[in-house]
Amino acid sequence: MKFSDFILYLTWGIIFGFVLMKSEVVSWFRIQEMFRFDDIHMYGIIGLAVLVGVISIQIIKRTGAKDRTGTPISIEDKDPTQYKRYLIGGSLFGLGWALLGACPAPMFALLGSGLTVMIVPIITAILGTYLYGVLRDRLPH
Amino acid sequence: MLDLLYQPWPWYVAGPIIGIMIPLLLIVGNKAFGISSNFRHICAACTPANVKFFQYDWKTGLWNLVLLLGVVIGGFLGGWVFANPEPIDLSESTVSSLQELGIQDFTGFVPADLFSWEVLASPTGIIVLAIGGFLVGFGTRYAGGCTSGHAISGLSNLQLASLIAVIGFFIGGLLMTYVLLPIIL
Repeated sequence: MKFSDFILYLTWGIIFGFVLMKSEVVSWFRIQEMFRFDDIHMYGIIGLAVLVGVISIQIIKRTGAKDRTGTPISIEDKDPTQYKRYLIGGSLFGLGWALLGACPAPMFALLGSGLTVMIVPIITAILGTYLYGVLRDRLPH
Repeated sequence: MLDLLYQPWPWYVAGPIIGIMIPLLLIVGNKAFGISSNFRHICAACTPANVKFFQYDWKTGLWNLVLLLGVVIGGFLGGWVFANPEPIDLSESTVSSLQELGIQDFTGFVPADLFSWEVLASPTGIIVLAIGGFLVGFGTRYAGGCTSGHAISGLSNLQLASLIAVIGFFIGGLLMTYVLLPIIL
């Protein structure tokens, strides 16, 4: 990895982590509020992020934009016929999200903010990912 | 001006900044925004190569691991250096329903009632922190993405698969919120 790439991705990570803290997306309370439909906060954030994403991806696709190296930008499609994995996996993720109140990026942002106990869910999330890898061929997809 | 760094940011500021990550990552390096793949890269980097799912060159995900390191630093800056001293301005109905569940501490990002090393020694602490993390890690890989990969990147690319995954997020999330959490807490 080139040093310039390192700085680039690191900087974006810093901005992303900072925004997650400032917008309180990292908060267990905000996630509880979201699943209780008590406030627009989380829906507003995800909704506007998706709006910006949809518009920019449409522009990229329609103009045939290229990346920095001149390679045409390609976005892999996900296979909707594997609906079982999305529904079952998504539901298991949702159970964890509402319980822990943090999805993967917030776990790491909270760790950085000094909440050292977040190392526990980070380790168990890695174990969960590992177990999925082991069981993968035996699970419905 | 410096005040802005300490204050919480409204959703209509944070949402577009997160959204712009998608085209930026595509334009710079043809990269798809998604944080949870890093758990897989960590497994691939650490484990002996006897599980097929982890047999690939994890260094292809190095950019994402670097981004994740940035998230930790961003968390340090946003939650420690420029920490907001005020409690979160939650909706009253959320506060009262959480109080009914026995949550007492509303001062920080997370309730001290659940998130501390002392609480980890209790069954509740183990369920919330250890099992909660496990479900996130297992579920996100099973579903092929988390909030960033499906709800943000996937929906932005109008993927039906991601819409199904997000519906799953809510099936699990609502079941936890209304049925299981009152039992656990």
